[in-house]
Amino acid sequence: MTQPSLWETLWGIIWRDLLLAMRRRSDVAISVLFLVIVASLFPLGVGPEPAVLRTIAAGVLWVAALLACLLSLGRVFTADYLDGVLEQMLLIPQPLPVLVMGKVFAHWMVSGLPIVLLSPLLGLQFGLEGEVLGTLVLSLLLGTPTLSMIGSIGAALVLGVRGSGLLVALLVLPLYVPVLIFGAGAVTSSMAGVGGEANLSLLGACLVLSLFFAPWATAAALRIALE
Amino acid sequence: MLQAVSLSCRRGDRRLFSGVNVTVPPGTVLTVVGENGSGKTSFLRILCNLLAPEEGAVLWQGVDIRRLKEQYYAQLTYIGHLNGIKDDLTAMENLMLTAALTGDRPSDASVRDALEAVGLKHRIHHLPTRVLSQGQRRRVALARLWLSTHPLWLLDEPFTSLDQAATALVTERLRSHVQSGGLAVVVTHHEVALPSEMVQRLRLDG
Repeated sequence: MTQPSLWETLWGIIWRDLLLAMRRRSDVAISVLFLVIVASLFPLGVGPEPAVLRTIAAGVLWVAALLACLLSLGRVFTADYLDGVLEQMLLIPQPLPVLVMGKVFAHWMVSGLPIVLLSPLLGLQFGLEGEVLGTLVLSLLLGTPTLSMIGSIGAALVLGVRGSGLLVALLVLPLYVPVLIFGAGAVTSSMAGVGGEANLSLLGACLVLSLFFAPWATAAALRIALE
Repeated sequence: MLQAVSLSCRRGDRRLFSGVNVTVPPGTVLTVVGENGSGKTSFLRILCNLLAPEEGAVLWQGVDIRRLKEQYYAQLTYIGHLNGIKDDLTAMENLMLTAALTGDRPSDASVRDALEAVGLKHRIHHLPTRVLSQGQRRRVALARLWLSTHPLWLLDEPFTSLDQAATALVTERLRSHVQSGGLAVVVTHHEVALPSEMVQRLRLDG
């Protein structure tokens, strides 16, 4: 018997979760379809006026992305908790925050990355183009992993609690506000021609902070949930 | 050697047990028995460090497991009352992925052998475990014992859902583990058919 290395453990967890996501494609498709439908409803409701659509684009696309992330949070730990796999994972001979990092990264791959990849198409629907589209993609690329990281804390805290879906939204949505402001702000600034660099930098800072703190907070919440 | 020193456990307002002292030397199976709700599973979870005791400590080779943490986890194989397998993965995938995470690196052949050792025929190995019966799923979970190279096994009701043949297979595996110097703690309602010199018994009265 040899103790697995940190990378082996991390990769093992990511690989297992991606394999599971492949087997349950419908679960993955739901949050992506939700994003597409929400983003498509606004032009239908507000009207086809390009100037109006461009004005609301940043806020609508970011709120839709945020809600799509929220919708997928239940998948991070709940299934593993219910079938006893989470219990086994807590006994892996590696620090628990590493496990959390692996699980959150896999979650982002199947829920956040599709949002980033779809965003240029959705942006075009709102009349965004060129540099603004690039800023939208970049802001989501920095913002969605942060949403997954913060969301994992909430998802772990409500494990095993009845009505956890609503509770996790109440816990997590206030923490999502800075990410929403900086993300939408980056796109709006880019549209105004002043560049989105400042907001993108702040989004980057949020990501670094969440990468540093969220795995530890989530690990502590998981231990409490399993006690 | 595994030692429980003055262990006490409380769930809510109710004290499940207190002052439990037990030493499990290598070559021994500790069977934990008691009525429903007497705290058997809580006792096992404390031994795994999944649950903190109200008082007392668990020592592995004389060191508190709360200090050892990952070093201790590297020594144990835990199978809870839930199977800990994913319904959407095949039996082979479940075992390969779990073993890789816990430090065992089995080959495909050894995983196949483990599944056959618990009486699961080859055609079942590549089916998603959701199509298997409850007993077959329990066998998949217990097949980990055939792959485990860890000295300490902590098993919660391993014989639940198993037929007589599978119970005999698992008991035999326990015997060979203990004979080769391993130790095990088994929470069970069943009698473990092992020679009395191999078995210690702890009764929790709740």
